[in-house]
Amino acid sequence: MDNKRRKFLKIAGASVLAGIGAPAVIKLTAATPALASGHGEAPAHAPAPDAHGGHAEEAPQGVRLGMVIDLRKMNENPEMLDSAIAACIAAHNIPEFPDKKNEVKWIWKAPFENVFTDHSASHSAAKVKNFPSVALCNHCDDPPCVRACPTQATFRLEKNGIVAMDFHRCIGCRFCMAACPYGARSFNWQDPRPYIKKYNKEFPSRMKGVVEKCNFCGERLALGQEPACVEACKGTGAIVFGDLNDAKSEIRAVLDKEFTIQRKPTLGTKPSVFYIV
Amino acid sequence: MYNKGTIIPGLILFVLFVTFPIWFNGLTTAGDLPKPELPPGGEKQCVMPADYMRANHMQLLNEWRDNVLRDGDREILEINGKKYPKGLQMACMTCHSQKEKFCDSCHTYAAVDPYCWDCHLTPNEAGSKEAMH
Ligand code: SF4
Ligand code: SF4
Repeated sequence: MDNKRRKFLKIAGASVLAGIGAPAVIKLTAATPALASGHGEAPAHAPAPDAHGGHAEEAPQGVRLGMVIDLRKMNENPEMLDSAIAACIAAHNIPEFPDKKNEVKWIWKAPFENVFTDHSASHSAAKVKNFPSVALCNHCDDPPCVRACPTQATFRLEKNGIVAMDFHRCIGCRFCMAACPYGARSFNWQDPRPYIKKYNKEFPSRMKGVVEKCNFCGERLALGQEPACVEACKGTGAIVFGDLNDAKSEIRAVLDKEFTIQRKPTLGTKPSVFYIV
Repeated sequence: MYNKGTIIPGLILFVLFVTFPIWFNGLTTAGDLPKPELPPGGEKQCVMPADYMRANHMQLLNEWRDNVLRDGDREILEINGKKYPKGLQMACMTCHSQKEKFCDSCHTYAAVDPYCWDCHLTPNEAGSKEAMH
């Protein structure tokens, strides 16, 4: 396996180099009419009128799974967040490396300002600065990670909006990690098996050289169960999970009632995870 | 013929060398067919007839993988009253709990090294970290 991956990457690398080289050669040899004629072309970055109207955007149809996380409740009861994280780790055979730089995280704690970079301010209160927040894959409606993946190992399930991964197909190029603006993906730099505390025998582990992330517990949903982190907070309403397009769902009731924010909404990835702060 | 003394022994050596795999296999036990051990517990039935599974289990697993992961079709198969969720760990390994005596016996013989086990846990491996916690 390692051998094949390596060979593939060598070939891929060589072709990328060739690909980068080719336009440069063309540029050198071909005349540059656009530059010569001066104002012949509009600058490439000129905004197209009304392209980002915002309000004109059509919401995607069909089931769209999403999540509302109530950070107020999480902070009242910090153990709840820990147990949610532990539930995810146990359900998915997530390795716990002692070294932070190898960390594999599906759902994790981070300072408020790291999670909500759009909402950071120079004089925010200590309370805000120390407000422990939680992050996970947003299962974006327009996910850049999917566009970046050259093998379609990351893809979007049209029937429920989950951004899923087919670990079998991942070649470990990490383009998706570079593309995800939320740092929601982790890479297995080493064999994860020795660092998995307890195996869930219903779920595979991963191998060295593979990217992974939260899968909205697709395997549990299929059995009619809630995501593991939601189940861990059961009865508290700290995490509400459901169909964003179903007007009668619990999640919509919460969204209609509460003030919620999303992570980096200005990037246009349309995250499906909402936060009450 | 010139150099008869060198050429003829040389030819004999060459023929022996080239046919080495044929007679070596015949003399040694390398040609023994594998004898996979059936699942313990007298499990006789599988999701498909044994002949089909012998020839096509890899295609079936590939199909299941695409069903489950790519199409989100995790429909549970029911065969003669027994339920099989599509999955190597969730279906196959529950009966074939001795991968070493079943899967490996043929895979080793055929010198194939499927990398399924790099991620999918065999019952032995899964059990190894169950006592902890
Ligand atoms: S949060 Fe990142 S990994 Fe998740 S869907 Fe969006 S871009 Fe992809
Ligand atoms: S939805 Fe499932 S995979 Fe995602 S963070 Fe929660 S428990 Fe983990």
